[in-house]
Amino acid sequence: MILGRVVGELWATRRHAGLDGQKLLIVKPHCWYCPPFDVAHLIAIDRLGAGVGEDVIVCLGEPARRSIDDEAEQTAAGGAAAAPGYQGAAFYPVEAAVMAIVDNVDGIELP
Amino acid sequence: MRLARVIGPVWGARHAAGLDGRKVLELETASGGRVAAVDALGAGPGEWVLVAHGSRVRDLTVGAEVADKDIVIAIVDDGQADGGPLGQTARGGR
Repeated sequence: MILGRVVGELWATRRHAGLDGQKLLIVKPHCWYCPPFDVAHLIAIDRLGAGVGEDVIVCLGEPARRSIDDEAEQTAAGGAAAAPGYQGAAFYPVEAAVMAIVDNVDGIELP
Repeated sequence: MRLARVIGPVWGARHAAGLDGRKVLELETASGGRVAAVDALGAGPGEWVLVAHGSRVRDLTVGAEVADKDIVIAIVDDGQADGGPLGQTARGGR
């Protein structure tokens, strides 16, 4: 997980069905970390309602996908229409998700 | 997931069987790096797209047989970052 600040938002109409209804945030990491590729910003989906300027914890990889999976399964099991192309567990083509909105940080100085 | 701008399509007559019939785009990421990603949405040159990386993402979007783990999952309509339009910030790098 990484600590970063929300610097913006994205909107996309043409997208994979798994992104329907997901809010996309642009997050700038605060601390050094070692991504598999060079990035200045991360795009993460957000279900917590983080706003621009807030510090958030972003989870990367498979756990990010699983974190939003429970809700999808309930939707599918509850008789409501599942997303088009829904394929069961871990359906979302997502690899970064907001896990927490940070209230306070001790130990490091944030800008 | 990261933000990137489409440079243009990439073709290769001799390619892995997993790329048959797939459209591959060369992208420039927000930090200036280049990546070749499979696109099933129809993004064109100059458009901003969202690229996700990984085998699970690939399996869920374009299929497990595709020989590329970078996938275009959305074409960006609009966005704002650092209080300004998207393009400027994204090019601003770190």
